[in-house]
Amino acid sequence: MTATAFSPATRCPLPLDEVLDTARYAEGTVFDLSGPMIAGPVVLDEVVPARAPWSARLATGQVLTIVDVGGNQSGDCLLFNADDTDERYSVPDTLAWQGNAYVRTGTVLRSTLGEPLATVVGNEVDRQDTIGGACSKESNTLRYGHHTLTEHACRDNFLAEGSRYGLGVRDLVSNLNWFMNVPVEADGALGIVDGISGPGRRVAFRADKDILVLVSNCPQLNNPCNEFNPTPLRMIVTDPGAER
Amino acid sequence: MTAITQEHHTATVLSARDDARGQTGRRAEAMPYLPASSSPYVPAGVDPDRLVWAETVAGGNYTHRVVARGTHLRLDDVEGTGCAHLLLFNALEPGERLNVADTMKIPWQAYLGAGHPLLSGDGRVLATVLADDSGHHDGFCGSLSDAAARAKYGASAPQSASPSGRALFTLAAAKHGLTPRDLPPSVSFFQGVRVDADGTLTFTGSAGPGRSVELVAELPLLVLIATSPHPLDPRPGYINGPLRVHAWRGEPTTAGDPRWDATPEIHRAYLNTADYLTARGL
Repeated sequence: MTATAFSPATRCPLPLDEVLDTARYAEGTVFDLSGPMIAGPVVLDEVVPARAPWSARLATGQVLTIVDVGGNQSGDCLLFNADDTDERYSVPDTLAWQGNAYVRTGTVLRSTLGEPLATVVGNEVDRQDTIGGACSKESNTLRYGHHTLTEHACRDNFLAEGSRYGLGVRDLVSNLNWFMNVPVEADGALGIVDGISGPGRRVAFRADKDILVLVSNCPQLNNPCNEFNPTPLRMIVTDPGAER
Repeated sequence: MTAITQEHHTATVLSARDDARGQTGRRAEAMPYLPASSSPYVPAGVDPDRLVWAETVAGGNYTHRVVARGTHLRLDDVEGTGCAHLLLFNALEPGERLNVADTMKIPWQAYLGAGHPLLSGDGRVLATVLADDSGHHDGFCGSLSDAAARAKYGASAPQSASPSGRALFTLAAAKHGLTPRDLPPSVSFFQGVRVDADGTLTFTGSAGPGRSVELVAELPLLVLIATSPHPLDPRPGYINGPLRVHAWRGEPTTAGDPRWDATPEIHRAYLNTADYLTARGL
């Protein structure tokens, strides 16, 4: 295990020593827990086990750093206005406003009203995806065959975690895929290909209003969105504006 | 206002009734044609008696309809200035609706064209693109949000001169008991976008006047259409011309059709759709 030091306060719903035991993952798995991209008092520090959902409410100005602990682990992500979840992340508004199909540092993550929900303030991979959508048990049957219906999927993670907030299928929209690589070729060919992230790479975004963040640590077993080896993610919320 | 009042005789109920009835038979450039078989613009090769929906939709407006499985839906960009934003729902369970990400990812193709399935998030085909002589469509940019319409045109409300696509979809959805919660990203037809290698979204505009797209409903569908400029349209004015909509009774995609097993992904999507309908007794 090559994990760097983490805060004793780091929380995990499963025993952390087991979640971070690389021997439990594919051969050659390397972990790097890294740390927050934006300095400030740590509000929350959690490790999301492979295949699990996660959620948190961020107050305006707080920054969420997501650490790709094992490398090339897609973190599917939806954002909602915490006070009015009818306003939620909008891929088309985000893309049309910036005139670019990829998410990078400086990208404003806009809502269905066209308003800023969050801004990407740090990014350690060339480009982040928001056009590939989430995997689902249902779409897996199209992509890979009906033998995959029983496999767990991001849509189920979103529904399970969203149900804690009264959210359901009507609230699922196109999402972000942190650390996933989806090129679009000149003829429009598009697909999930080998990742461009690595152990310890990070992305960070600042809440521009109070937001609810839903994340699915992608359990997909049929494409390279997690190198066919689902691994943990680390979520660190810092509050750069808070008094020390 | 005085001048208009003087044109009407509405002082009593009977005169007001006569005044209102006096409008009978008037025509407008944008209007529905009832019965649909009376459309002045029946598409070539279509038996007028099979038409179930015929309408010219003004720019900055919307239309909506529940149609049966097998219905063919044709959209015509009359002047080459139209932009038709489309949302589709399973009319039986509207929680099942267009999923733009799956619509691009599962066929391994971002650009819409003939043969492309419009997929729901439930692994089924809502509609298939049957014919397309435009090729200028978009699944990336959706329709104008209120903030985008205000930033570009100064106003976004339905009663303004520059309604946002979102505001128009909100009204269309409300007429079927749906709310903004029910509005996912949409696709649009007749104004194109291409993605460069670095991700830059380039607006390619219209393919010219008189272009059309034809879809077939693979499930009973709620169809919502909003007409408003494409979000990347660089022209300063709110330019959005009329859209012609025709729908007629036809056949959905079934086994034996070349579309049925055009690719492994599409084949399984049609299988899932048929499986769902069979269980429902449809």
